[in-house]
Amino acid sequence: MTTNPNVSGSLRNRLVLTLIGGAAVLAVLLFFAVRNYAAQVAQQGQDNILEASVTSILDAAALRDGVLEVDIPYAAFSMLTTPTDDRVFYAIYQDGVFLSGYEDLRLAAAPAQSDWSFTSGELRGERIRQVSASRTLVGLGRQTEIEVVLGQTQDALSRTLDQISRNAAFLGLGFFLLTAALSFWITSTTIGQLNKLTTSVTRRGPQDLSPFKKPVPREMAPLVMSLNSLMGRLDQSLSQSEDFIAEAAHRVRTPLATVRSYAEATLHRVERKENREALRAMVRAIDESSRAAGQLLDHAMITFRTDHLVREDVDLVELIRDLVQRLTPIAEMKELSLSMTGDPTVPYSGDPILIQNAVRNMIDNALKYAPLDSTVEIEITGKPEIKVSDSGPGFLPEEIETLTRRFERGKNAAGTIGSGLGLTIAQDVAIAHGGTLVLTNQPSGGACVILSL
Amino acid sequence: MRYLIALVLLVLPGLGWAHDWEDQLIFNEGADGPRLRVISSTDTVLFAPLIDGFVAQNPNISVEYLVSGTADINQRVRATPDAFDIVVSSAMDLQLKLANDGFALPLKDIETPSWAQWHQSLFAFTTEPAAIVINRAAFEGQDIPQTRQGLIEALRKRPEEFRGRIGTYDVRDSGLGYLFATQDARASETFWRLMEVMGGLDVRLYCCSGEMINDLADGTILVAYNVLGSYAAVRAERKDALEVIFPTDFQTIMMRTALVSRATQQPDAAEAFIQYLVEEKPVAQGSQLSLPPLMSQGESTDHETIGLNPALLTFLDDLKRKKFLSAWENAVIQ
Repeated sequence: MTTNPNVSGSLRNRLVLTLIGGAAVLAVLLFFAVRNYAAQVAQQGQDNILEASVTSILDAAALRDGVLEVDIPYAAFSMLTTPTDDRVFYAIYQDGVFLSGYEDLRLAAAPAQSDWSFTSGELRGERIRQVSASRTLVGLGRQTEIEVVLGQTQDALSRTLDQISRNAAFLGLGFFLLTAALSFWITSTTIGQLNKLTTSVTRRGPQDLSPFKKPVPREMAPLVMSLNSLMGRLDQSLSQSEDFIAEAAHRVRTPLATVRSYAEATLHRVERKENREALRAMVRAIDESSRAAGQLLDHAMITFRTDHLVREDVDLVELIRDLVQRLTPIAEMKELSLSMTGDPTVPYSGDPILIQNAVRNMIDNALKYAPLDSTVEIEITGKPEIKVSDSGPGFLPEEIETLTRRFERGKNAAGTIGSGLGLTIAQDVAIAHGGTLVLTNQPSGGACVILSL
Repeated sequence: MRYLIALVLLVLPGLGWAHDWEDQLIFNEGADGPRLRVISSTDTVLFAPLIDGFVAQNPNISVEYLVSGTADINQRVRATPDAFDIVVSSAMDLQLKLANDGFALPLKDIETPSWAQWHQSLFAFTTEPAAIVINRAAFEGQDIPQTRQGLIEALRKRPEEFRGRIGTYDVRDSGLGYLFATQDARASETFWRLMEVMGGLDVRLYCCSGEMINDLADGTILVAYNVLGSYAAVRAERKDALEVIFPTDFQTIMMRTALVSRATQQPDAAEAFIQYLVEEKPVAQGSQLSLPPLMSQGESTDHETIGLNPALLTFLDDLKRKKFLSAWENAVIQ
């Protein structure tokens, strides 16, 4: 019945992958952004200290009697102390001539706009940050320029950067994990809405074709709308066909009764033996047709009643006894007897007409297949369960599963009147009451049909 | 010809250097392992217990101990860095400049507090204050000065008694003397007043603490200013005539430092030696003739220990040094 849908890809996977992939890209970007920014800040910090140091040295320069004196303040180098004890190099030039310090620390060509120059370079095998600045001193009739170059290795800076990189990596990782968890959550809540709809579709009874009323997210509204309209059309065409069958059966039954009474009347008047035989066969065929029409009507009625099940409190024993009394004459005509056993009263809440109809079909079936002079046993127990058993040929084991389908008849039913709707009706009634219909064969022979409500 | 050159090359340095050293001694000479060449400003008698302890732990290492002045050590190491494995000196500024200029080998595995090392290449292993040492006889019946100001007053009170009989470092020759003088000058103006007073009294200038103590002991001089406390303490214990005063106005405290030459051929043995110096508290030797141990900074707040940081480079700047020396000469040499 159910065809497996053609599955291609998964919404959940696609969502999760997109979100996690996005989170990973963002985390990497975050890591580099933080690291880059921190590197700039750290470098700025070192530059500021170097700048302050150079400024204090420049400030300590003075022309005394035309001779340049540079009284380097103790703080100028003291402020260059770092946790990793970075090496310090400096050089003082006067008008481009080396005066004091480290001669291999060269003056950098200062940019035109400002007196300050910050460069990164290498000295004595180590990477250094180098700052240079100059100041013009004016003495008596003399002008001279002092230039100071200060270099410092970058061990502390790179250690700071390592720490920041590690922290930035943790930050990125944390961000990623959080976003990943969030994306799983988002995905499951989104897919959850679909699952909810699926569950409510699956939970519906086979006859429930009413539209969905529960609120759904806006994005799913079109889906629910088309689902509702599909079910509306299905419901309409189903009820149309049911109506049509009921109408047709009803229309056929009345003329059939007329034809039957004519045939009966004619049978009394006809003398010739072959004519009487023909008329009898005719009557039998008419009976069969009218019975089928009746069962179709029953089925339509039952379909309607199960769709709108109205329960009332009844005593199953009384209900079935009433039915058995009505059926006893028919049984006696076939030289069969009906026996009722079981609990004295079995109260139950259900639709009495449906239950009577179901049990009648079960007894009808038994009467059809039971051999002459045998007894059809009807047992009612408080489970509640109604068991109808006969001593006929029983069901073929391979057919037990299929016999309750509509218009399905057993192979050994040839020669008996029947439409194949009897057990279907009984099963529909059982399902409508939330029960089951079980077909078995008795160990002593004969069929046994159990209606559990 | 070739043999002759080889002979000259072999003999020349031996001849040339043999007489240069203040002292020269080889410990554990028979060892078959590496020989460490230690150049040091510390008198052998004070350093010997440490080396004895080291060679007892490392019997396959022999140690050649060479003693010279702090300024001379600085020049020699700069000239021939591969001639020495270990450089021990009390002149912290010169040692720091050696390390800063790249003459020291960084030793990553030596664990020591950050204030007691610089750049993992210069390691402090003693804490030694500068002291005023006096001959007790000269102050009989007088108050013994406890501060620099007190010393100035005592000198001014009896100038004729002290004329020509006071001593201090010649900061032009002695690295340690220069370090003490510059740190004193940073700390207080009193230093300059004291220098002027001492200059007025024809101060004798010395190259080393040892000689100053010797002259004190035999009565040549009566007062020595900025003597190395450790040397003075050793003598003071032996000679009741001397009294060591750690001035109470402010103290200048030096840390003796050691470094491994970058050009060393024996990095492992040298590192073991430094490790021994840093771990072994010199006082634990139990000998009277020992160096004071390294004292944690912050144990007492009024003692100012000279910090191992780049600021030590300040007074080594040529211009700054010239300026300081000229001020010093103006005060002392009159």
